[in-house]
Formats: sequence, structure tokens, C-alpha cells
Amino acid sequence: MIAEAGLAALWLAAALAVLQLVLAVTGLRAGHEATLPSVRPIAMAQAVLTGLAFAALIYLFLAVDLSVALVAANDHSAKPWLYKFAGTWGNHEGSMLMWVTILAVAGGAVAIFERRLPERTLIATLGAQAAIGIGFYAFLLFASNPFARLDPAPVEGQGLNPLLQDPGLAFHPPTLYLGYVGLSVAFSFAVGALVTRDVGAAFARAMRPWVLGAWIFLTLGITAGSYWAYYELGWGGWWFWDPVENASLMPWLAATALLHSVTVLATRDGLRAWTVMLAVVAFSMSMVGTFLVRSGILTSVHSFAVDPRRGAFILALLAIYIGGALLLFGLRVGTVKEGSQFNAVSREGALVVNNLLLSAILGIVLVGTLYPLGVEAVTGEKLSVGPPYFDAAAGPLALILVAIMAAGPLMRWRRDELKPLAMRLALPILLTALALLAVILLAPGIRILPLLGLVVAAGVGAASLAPLWKRNLRRTPMFTYGMVIAHLGIAVSLAGMASESAFTKETLVASRIGETHQVGPYALRLDAVEPVAGPNWTAIEAKLTVTRGDRAPFVVRPEARMFWTPPTETSEAAITTVIDGQLYAVVGKSDGEGRWQLRLWWKPFVTLIWAGGVLIALGGLLSLVGRVRRERRTHERLAWA
Amino acid sequence: MKAKHQRLSLALLAVVALVGAALLAMSALRSQAAYFYTPTDAMRDGVEPGRAVRLGGMVAGKSIKRAPDGVTIDFLVTDGHQTVPVRFTGIVPDLFKENSGVVAEGAFQAGGGFVATNILAKHDERYMPPQIAGDMHKSKSLEP
Repeated sequence: MIAEAGLAALWLAAALAVLQLVLAVTGLRAGHEATLPSVRPIAMAQAVLTGLAFAALIYLFLAVDLSVALVAANDHSAKPWLYKFAGTWGNHEGSMLMWVTILAVAGGAVAIFERRLPERTLIATLGAQAAIGIGFYAFLLFASNPFARLDPAPVEGQGLNPLLQDPGLAFHPPTLYLGYVGLSVAFSFAVGALVTRDVGAAFARAMRPWVLGAWIFLTLGITAGSYWAYYELGWGGWWFWDPVENASLMPWLAATALLHSVTVLATRDGLRAWTVMLAVVAFSMSMVGTFLVRSGILTSVHSFAVDPRRGAFILALLAIYIGGALLLFGLRVGTVKEGSQFNAVSREGALVVNNLLLSAILGIVLVGTLYPLGVEAVTGEKLSVGPPYFDAAAGPLALILVAIMAAGPLMRWRRDELKPLAMRLALPILLTALALLAVILLAPGIRILPLLGLVVAAGVGAASLAPLWKRNLRRTPMFTYGMVIAHLGIAVSLAGMASESAFTKETLVASRIGETHQVGPYALRLDAVEPVAGPNWTAIEAKLTVTRGDRAPFVVRPEARMFWTPPTETSEAAITTVIDGQLYAVVGKSDGEGRWQLRLWWKPFVTLIWAGGVLIALGGLLSLVGRVRRERRTHERLAWA
Repeated sequence: MKAKHQRLSLALLAVVALVGAALLAMSALRSQAAYFYTPTDAMRDGVEPGRAVRLGGMVAGKSIKRAPDGVTIDFLVTDGHQTVPVRFTGIVPDLFKENSGVVAEGAFQAGGGFVATNILAKHDERYMPPQIAGDMHKSKSLEP
């Protein structure tokens, strides 16, 4: 009954999306304005209906209703409730339903909260949002129905991939999807502004909170995904340049560029056409990401189902939306008026360089991700593009980008001089030189990329705080703090990456009980290996006593787990976080002669990578709150005047 | 600077940056892309030693041998026609076992053996790398 109700809600929402698009299109023609007022309520109703459908699916998963095919294929009555709940989107159909739900709710939120944009542009925006929705409703209803019944119902479900049975599943996909789909709103705003020929500062101010919001969620989702892969896979790495990781990085790069260009548009009314273009590109990257992950074209834990029909469907949607938006852009770009001018040495100039470098990095990641697919499609040859390519091609550009980030916020809008800029940067430059000297003296033989990473991080960390220099800290606007904290986060994260890459110590041994092994500053003694059991798994657990100098010893317990639904083995690394890094211990297999494989890492300051990510997101949040408050105040002042 | 000039110089700058990035990407791709070989491909085409490649196939039955250090293993990768000896030091993935699909990342040695730096195995019972699935299928169907 619940399943049928969910399906009915989904069909109704799809019908409303069609209605929303039709009314918006007809209402925008001269003389038919009568239909315009009904578009907003329809967008809200559509949001409620998809929300109900998603709630129905969550209920079915929590209740383990095995007569629903999707539940039977992914749920299991012995699973802890959190994974029943999060398992709702730990599969293809459920995750697509979540996608559509967020899309519709975002559209509803625009309908409710957006009051400053001209009515016609807003209606065009809602029409574009409905057009995106229609494609994905069709995809759900015709190619991936989450509510399909199974007759007869099996006695037990097949369970969830144990790698996904982790609190990370409850957090990582929803945040990423909020980011992906948040960019759809930026896309719809851009399409709406193109349709009504209304590209300008007001449009940029309406779009900015959505770009910021999406970007915050993308940042959090990527940070969480990176940490999840780091502790769950047991490989000790935090980023693998896996195509699925790239699928989340590409929208982030585009959104970062958009975030900066939209500021130029909102503040100085410059970069009009470019900003609209970036909004289209950013959502295109979300769609490419969805295509890569959902089509089954990739091999990874993320591809739940391999069904070529689905891949073709998403590819067709991709072509229609991106092609349509680019066509509209091509037709209307001539009517976008010239924005205001600026000097090459100015805040705008620095932001243009930021945008170019981000676009170039985006291009490099995109090429590296799609190249293997392209080559295989054309020649049938199989190849993979891995970290050596991405590090060599994207690494140097990223370092230049971060270095320029140090100068950008210290430059004036419109026109600046190089000499005073150099004066403002004197202290950070001095710090950079000192850091260079210190690293070369303390860590001779360090590779060039980590060396530059550490040095640039030191300089940029100092420079990122410089905008607060000599300012009244209490009267500094919140969004300035946001920028400072986000830029500081980049420096912190970069320092973590460089330190991890340069100073990690690794020990791989087959150890007997009682033996002691050294890794970095730690000595670990293998005391025992014992069997343990959990709710749906059994495991062997190694007990290691850890000492460091004369500090108090402590015990770590890495596990190798065997799940039985479905039968899979995973390794649970034991990670100890201390102030200057992490100790990472993995237990492997027995060699059959009383020895156990142990893999131990000491990773100095590795935690800075994710701490930086959190800082970046926090900076985004402060900017968002600051901007919204400022806008509201200006709005009220205008209303009073 | 006139408006037209500014637009033009911006566009030029963008083109230069993107072309530069594309060139960087292409040259890095040419030297860094790791091709996928089955043992039959590798024997037929000959892979230069030291080049990063992926070798895929099945772990041959009864071929896994442990070295005395306890962390190095030797095994044979087969596709039904040819076999390649592989050496790997590290903790093998959870589902690495004999008669099961495997992809070894690494390089061929001058002597003909393969040294793996990373081993990818079938992730769970429902998952098989399409590369292997396709090739295993092919070599099976070629059998009389």
C-alpha cells in the first residue's frame, strides 16, 4: 500500500512538473500573464509530493518490506536501523529518487523564498527547474522505478554492500547530492535570466546564495567522502583520483569558479556572459558526475547496477539539457550587455585568473576522467589514467592558483598598482622564504611538489589573514570573515596534503605474537589476535600495545571483518589521532605459520587535510549568512525609503 | 583600454590558458596512461619493461606462493591461454583468491615477470570488473 502511494505521489509530482513548465512557458508570452501566479504554488506542491514519495521509500526500507524489489535486493532484517535508513539511497533507484526529491524541494524553496528577482525571470527559472525535473521523473518512472513489487516476496533480503555499512553512508551521498542539485538552481537562474534577457547584478545576487549553498555541501561531501575512503578502505590513502571522486571534484571546481565570478557580477556588474556560461558548465558537471556514477560505465563500489539502458537515458538527458542551455546561450549571448570595465591589475583581474586556472584544472580532470572511456569506445583498447597523470598535470596549476589566492583579496576593485600590492604582501612573502629555508634544512631530499606545497601553504596561510589587518574586527562584515576562513582552510588543507605526501612512514611486516615494530615515533607490540563478532559480521581483531617515547602506552585494535549478508570481507583500520598526526594500523591475513600481516602508517599532520575542508565549508557558511543578512537589510532599507 | 580591447585580451588569455592546459594534459596522458593487458595481449604485443600497465585475468589455481618474509606473494595470472608470473608485496585485497578475477597494477620486469604495486580484486559477489568480465568471456568463447 505504502509503495503504491509512493509511486502515485511520484506520478503526480511528474504531472505537476509538466504543468509547471507549460504554464511558465505560456505565461511568459505577452498577453497570457494570467497563468503566471499559479506557477509558484505548483512548484511548492511538487516539492511536497516528491518528499512524500521519498518518505514512503524510507519507510519501506525501515520496515524491511521484502515485497518491494528494491528493498529485497538491498535490505536485510539483521541490519542495524541506521543502515536500513541510509540504505534507502545506497542503491541506484533510491539514490535517483533522492536526487529528484532534492531537485523538487530546491525548486519549491526558490518559489517560497525568492522575492527580489523580477517576477518574469523567477517564473522562467521555475520553468527551467521543472524542465530538468521532467527528465529525471521520466528516468525514475520508466527506467528505475524504486517501488516495483516482487512477487512472490523472498523470505530475506540480500543485504547492503558491507563497504557501505558505515555512518558515512548516512552523510556523504546526501551532502553531495545537495551540492549537485543545488547547482541545478544556479543553472535554472541562468536559463531564466537568458530567457528574459535580464543578466545583471540583481540576477547575480539572487543566484549567489544558491551557488554558495551548493558549494558548501559539495565541499562537505567531498571532505566526508575522502575521510570515509581513507578509514574504510584501509589503504591509507585519502584521494585516489578514482573517476567517481573526480565526478564530485569537477562540479566543485566549476562551482568554485562560479562563486568567484558571481561575486564580480554582483559587486561590479562585470563578467556577465562568463558567469552565465559557468552556471551552465557547473550543472553540466553535476550531470556528467551523475552519468559517470549512475550509468554503470565505471567499475567501483559506487556503480550499483550495470544496465546500459540507464546509461543511455542519462546520456540523452545530459545532451538535451546541456545542448539546450548552450543553444540558448549562443542565441542570447549577443543581447547580454557589456559589463563594467576594469584594469588588468585589480581584484577583478585576479578573479579572472582564478577562473581561468580553475577552468584549466577542470579541463585536465575532465580529460583524464573521460579519456579512458573515449579510447575504449573508439579503439576498444582499455587503459586507466591514475594519480601520476593528475598529479603531474593538475598539481602545478593548483599551486599557482593557491599562490594567486594570496594576492587576490588584497587587491582593490577596478584598478590597483603592483608596488603597494607588493608592500601589502611583504610579510607573507617573507614567511614563504623562511618556510622554504626551514623545509630544505629540516627535510633535505623532499620531492618538489610537497616542498612547494608546504612553502605555498605557509605563505598563503599568512596572506589569507591579511585582509583583516588594521581593520576594526567588530565591524568587519561576516562575509569577509567567511572569505578569510575559507582561504585559510585551503592553506591548512594544502599543508596537510604536502605533509602526508612528504613525511608518511610505512611499515609492512608479518608479525608473530609478542614482536614489536617501529613506525615513525611509535613502537607497536602485537599482543594477541582474537575472534570477535558483531550484529551481522564476525572478525579477527589484533590487539597492539603502542608506545611513543615515555608517554603512557595505549592499545589499538584493527579488525578484518567477514560480513555474511552478502558474504564480503572488509578491513577496519585502527586510527589513532594525536595532535601531530595519525597512527593508522591495519591487520591482514595469517600466513598459516602463526604470523599475521600488519600494515602500519605514521602520517604527520594528515588530519589537516580534512580540517581544512571543514574550515572551507565554514567560511562558505559565514559568507552565506553574511550575504543573506546584508541583502535583507538593504531590502528593508529600500522598502522604507 | 577600450572595451573591445579588453574583451579581446580576456578572450585571448582564456584561449592561451586552455590550450596550455590541453597541451599539458595531452603530454601527461601520453606518458602516464596505464594500458590494460591480458596475459595473451602482453605476450603478443610485448610491453616495454618499467612502463605502468594493468594486467588482468584470473589467479591460476594452486599458484599462490608465500615468500618467507610473510608479506610477499607470487602467483600466476591467466586468461586461459597465457600465464604471467606476478610478485606483490603488501596486504592483498579481501577477495583475492585462486580462480578469482584480479587486476594487478604495476610493470613488467626485464626478465618477463610482473611486479605489482597494487592488486584490485573482485569487490563483492555481485561485482566483477567489466574489463575482466569481457575478456574472460572472449577467451572462453574462443575455446573449441
